[in-house]
Amino acid sequence: MSETLSYFRQDRLPHIWCPGCGHGTITGALVRAIDRLGLDKNKIMLVSGIGCSSRAVGYLDFDTLHTAHGRALAFATGLKVARPDLKVIVMTGDGDCTAIGGNHFIHAARRNIDITTIVMNNNIYGMTSGQYSPMTPKGMLATTAPYGNSERDFDLAELAKAAGATYVARGTSFHVPMLIELLEQALQNKGFSVVEALSQCPTYMGRKNKIGSAVDMLEWIKGRTVNAKAAAALPPEKVQGKLLIGELHKSSQPEYCDEYLKATAKVRRAWKNIDGGLRGCEQNSD
Amino acid sequence: MSDKKFYRHLIRERYCKGCNICVAYCPKKVLELKDGKVFAARPDDCIGCLMCELRCPDFAIEVKPRDAAASDGADERVVDLQVPPEAHDA
Repeated sequence: MSETLSYFRQDRLPHIWCPGCGHGTITGALVRAIDRLGLDKNKIMLVSGIGCSSRAVGYLDFDTLHTAHGRALAFATGLKVARPDLKVIVMTGDGDCTAIGGNHFIHAARRNIDITTIVMNNNIYGMTSGQYSPMTPKGMLATTAPYGNSERDFDLAELAKAAGATYVARGTSFHVPMLIELLEQALQNKGFSVVEALSQCPTYMGRKNKIGSAVDMLEWIKGRTVNAKAAAALPPEKVQGKLLIGELHKSSQPEYCDEYLKATAKVRRAWKNIDGGLRGCEQNSD
Repeated sequence: MSDKKFYRHLIRERYCKGCNICVAYCPKKVLELKDGKVFAARPDDCIGCLMCELRCPDFAIEVKPRDAAASDGADERVVDLQVPPEAHDA
């Protein structure tokens, strides 16, 4: 970590996440994945929205954008189209990504733009004191669901897959070595990659539902997940109702920036220098 | 036991929030909480699995290899808190 601590803005640490919050573990996993791949710090852009998870970019020493609620992917799309040479990573939460930014999420997946999205899923809106989110499991308690959540929750991996993402994986803050590997794979994938990282919120999710401390919450996460590879060999009753973790989908599709440059190659001006220079296209000779 | 490896524990007390995750998941029960901060009570038992380091949400603990002879009797009472823990590796 001494090596990876250089990726942090150390004057901002210690962070303000609650004791036992899984977001720190996931941020650490991302930094370790970046360190293992040996990516250039100056070629990485981190974009986040609003929420507990989105505070992560404030602690990381890359070029970062902390944007409006749910709009992280919208900003990231603009950034990637303007500067396709940069590696764009979006750190977002479950409410930010699936509720407020749900539309941006499915359309970024549909375009298959080369962005790596890490959804830190703590099943609740932690920053605003524990309202239920679209990822709160049915029947669980939250500030705005005092008698139990009556809504069904999203399966984010299936949603991303159906919308067209080319790399979909799910990890947890309990299975950290696996999460690091998944993030490495996601960062290497050319196209829209989604890694859903289950996280624990002992302050709101744990306390409201009487799950207990951070350690009890990690045990709870461990109990409700099963490895996707192991699930194929297990009897169906052991997999019933559990979340699969690991690499869930991988495919190869044309990437949006490449396709856009290809489509507009004919009508683009051939700028020779910043002051104007030669223009290659008659149509735009204003 | 000649091939036993020894580890030391670099702990940033300022970062530690005492969430107990590292203590609970240490397979050898090396770590303990003391006054709400983590502390390596039995560093010689450490097997270097890094479960504490990887799961720590606060980047407060780090496990480094050490020579067997190096640091017996070094606990938090003899640590100079004015010196940041990383300085020893510089």
